[in-house]
Amino acid sequence: MTTMRDMTPYVVGRAVPIDPGASGQDGSSRAGCSVDSSWAVTMLRIRHFELKINELFARGEVRGTAHLCVGQEAVPTGVCAALRSDDYVSATHRGHGAAIAKGLSLYGMFSEILGRRDGYGAGRGGSQHIACMEKGFLGTNGISGGGLPVSVGAALSSKRLGLGRVAVAFFGDGVANQGAFHEALNMAGIWRLPIVFVCENNLYAMSAPVSSFVAGGSIARRAESYGMRHDSIDGNDVGQVFEASRRFVDLARSGEGPGLLECLTYRQLGHSKSDKRAYRTREEEAAWLKRDPIARERRRLDGAGIMPAADFDAMESRVVAEVASEAERALACQAADVSTLYDHVVPEAAAKTCGGITCPS
Amino acid sequence: MTTIEDTNTSQQRSKAGNMTMMNMVGALNLAMDDALRTDDSVVLLGQDIGQDEGVFRVTADLLARYGKDRVIDTPLAEGAIIGGAVGLAIYGMKPVAEMQFSGFAYQAFHQVEQHVSRFHNRTRGRYPMSMVIRMPYGGGIRAVEHHSESREAYYAHTPGLHMVMPSSPRNARALLLESIRCPDPVIFYEPKAVYRSFKEEVPEEPETMPIGKARIAREGSDISLIAWGAMVRPALEAAEDLQNSDRVSVEVVDLLSVSPMDTQTIVHSVAKTGRAAVVQEGPRNCGIGAEVIARIVEHGLMHLEAPIKRIGGYDVQFPYFARERAFLPSAERIANGLREVIAFE
Ligand SMILES: Cc1ncc(C[n+]2csc(CCOP(=O)(O)OP(=O)(O)O)c2C)c(N)n1
Ligand SMILES: Cc1ncc(C[n+]2csc(CCOP(=O)(O)OP(=O)(O)O)c2C)c(N)n1
Ligand SMILES: [Mg+2]
Repeated sequence: MTTMRDMTPYVVGRAVPIDPGASGQDGSSRAGCSVDSSWAVTMLRIRHFELKINELFARGEVRGTAHLCVGQEAVPTGVCAALRSDDYVSATHRGHGAAIAKGLSLYGMFSEILGRRDGYGAGRGGSQHIACMEKGFLGTNGISGGGLPVSVGAALSSKRLGLGRVAVAFFGDGVANQGAFHEALNMAGIWRLPIVFVCENNLYAMSAPVSSFVAGGSIARRAESYGMRHDSIDGNDVGQVFEASRRFVDLARSGEGPGLLECLTYRQLGHSKSDKRAYRTREEEAAWLKRDPIARERRRLDGAGIMPAADFDAMESRVVAEVASEAERALACQAADVSTLYDHVVPEAAAKTCGGITCPS
Repeated sequence: MTTIEDTNTSQQRSKAGNMTMMNMVGALNLAMDDALRTDDSVVLLGQDIGQDEGVFRVTADLLARYGKDRVIDTPLAEGAIIGGAVGLAIYGMKPVAEMQFSGFAYQAFHQVEQHVSRFHNRTRGRYPMSMVIRMPYGGGIRAVEHHSESREAYYAHTPGLHMVMPSSPRNARALLLESIRCPDPVIFYEPKAVYRSFKEEVPEEPETMPIGKARIAREGSDISLIAWGAMVRPALEAAEDLQNSDRVSVEVVDLLSVSPMDTQTIVHSVAKTGRAAVVQEGPRNCGIGAEVIARIVEHGLMHLEAPIKRIGGYDVQFPYFARERAFLPSAERIANGLREVIAFE
């Protein structure tokens, strides 16, 4: 069997031992998860949502670009399964998976990406600006590294207000090289905030491989400099992601401070809508396809006698149908209304009356 | 080598030698190729500019031609890219840095504002900070917020920077080459809507154009329309429409550099026409349009026969794809604005 180490020249960080007694405090959101198909459903919903977005682009229903997380579904699924519904999550430009795993509706997300009124941002923000505070979802983010400092603030507010909520900040391997990453980790470290930084390390930042763009050879180990626990795990194994997340989240919630969890994974498609993928080999892609997180979960459920493969496939068909009907519903929704362009812009009144211009029609 | 200034259309061909039709992406690539070939101190830096050839493929083939010491792929770290360019420039290199979108350049704004723009002054002129920071700006590709905005005013407001905004393949090539040769720092805002929208003849021989000089893109006598960057095309269309439908003769001034701004060309045009309108893509509040109008008022108020009209973006976040057209000034919106000024008695 190939190991993570064979797949990449990148060094997998050594885990800092953490106090085992502190985990497993809160069972509310995870009871039964590992013995049923709920992770599989979430991963399938993410997968087929992404594939539908791809199709909508091909059909010309959406313009611009989008960053799809096909192949990486286990990470947001496993992480969010370890969270309470009132916990906070900030996501990246490749953030549809995190949004779905945090409980956002497919309809609201399709609507946003299609520029429809019922989108989470009334169809004005698009793929990289989907946010829903009611679900603790601080947003996908058009700016690489943009979500990390914001999550630090969310964690600080939880601590100050005594809410017991944990913040998770997803980030890509490329972002470990941004200034905002280091500023955010330091603050979280000194204030011992209830936050978990989750690196979705898919081995490339656009064309830049981690093997030659990350000094020191490990993103996870950077956490040590900030006095933070860390671990580096197989991000295509949803069970491993869940278990590690539960440890980190429980520790953070119980006042034991922040952590950094690095999940090794692989994006099966191009970076965005136009990518010749000249920076990686077709052989490497084929090897990672064999580690597909959904296929693995399907095998696990079958092998463990939890769900026979045939039932899994029937379940997948139901997800495909659900995704298709939510997309159709969103397509039928009215386009974002231009007369609302000035709504919720500060200072609203000033903007509206500036120079006597009126809203575009 | 020629400058566009010494050529006019009829002489272009003979003076400039062979011409090739190309789009703006090709023209910008040509300028960087000219610079890399003729000046060893020129280096390119940016994310994914090498093998990946940049998000918009503007650096195509340059890695293969000049190698990785001169076409440098950097980590995702805009601040260190621009800060690094400062260090390179101090020691005689000529960095040409690429930001993938102008909306990501804020991650480097501290370096631009605090160091790039000040080193010349700080060293009493001994280290003039010869560098170019290129970035695609503006709408037209239906991308989300930061990927579509026009914020030239931030840079024009900062003393110590040149802010250049080409409008066509030929002037883009000439201005980029001039910007690389310029001893001072240049923010080079590339209108991504124009990248591949049309082709123009560009001379094979290196050609430059002075920074700080506007161009009369269309001569006219009834009203002056001041535009820059991606707005020049719809401005010219609007001018054509008004000529055809209203028999109004519009003079279009293409700023090319928004800082330094060519006050003389603007005021000279307004003195001739007596009326003016400005079209800008960015939000209107405190934009370049306001500066243009201030200059007309300061230096040419007595020529005016009507209030000046601002046509532009709105003071809102750039709306996502389906509403992009509502935000961007169209030829029709520009034409209507011009009609208002013409109608004023
Ligand atoms: C500040 C900033 N710089 C550049 C970009 C353009 N960009 C979008 S995604 C990306 C690569 C991100 O790589 P990584 O963090 O590894 O995430 P991945 O795409 O692999 O999921 C870049 C450079 C951006 N969005 N924001
Ligand atoms: C970006 C920025 N933020 C804040 C300041 C204000 N400031 C000046 S010195 C200083 C403290 C610096 O501490 P340290 O780096 O330890 O240097 P020391 O003063 O101890 O020599 C601060 C916050 C600044 N100059 N620049
Ligand atoms: Mg990555």
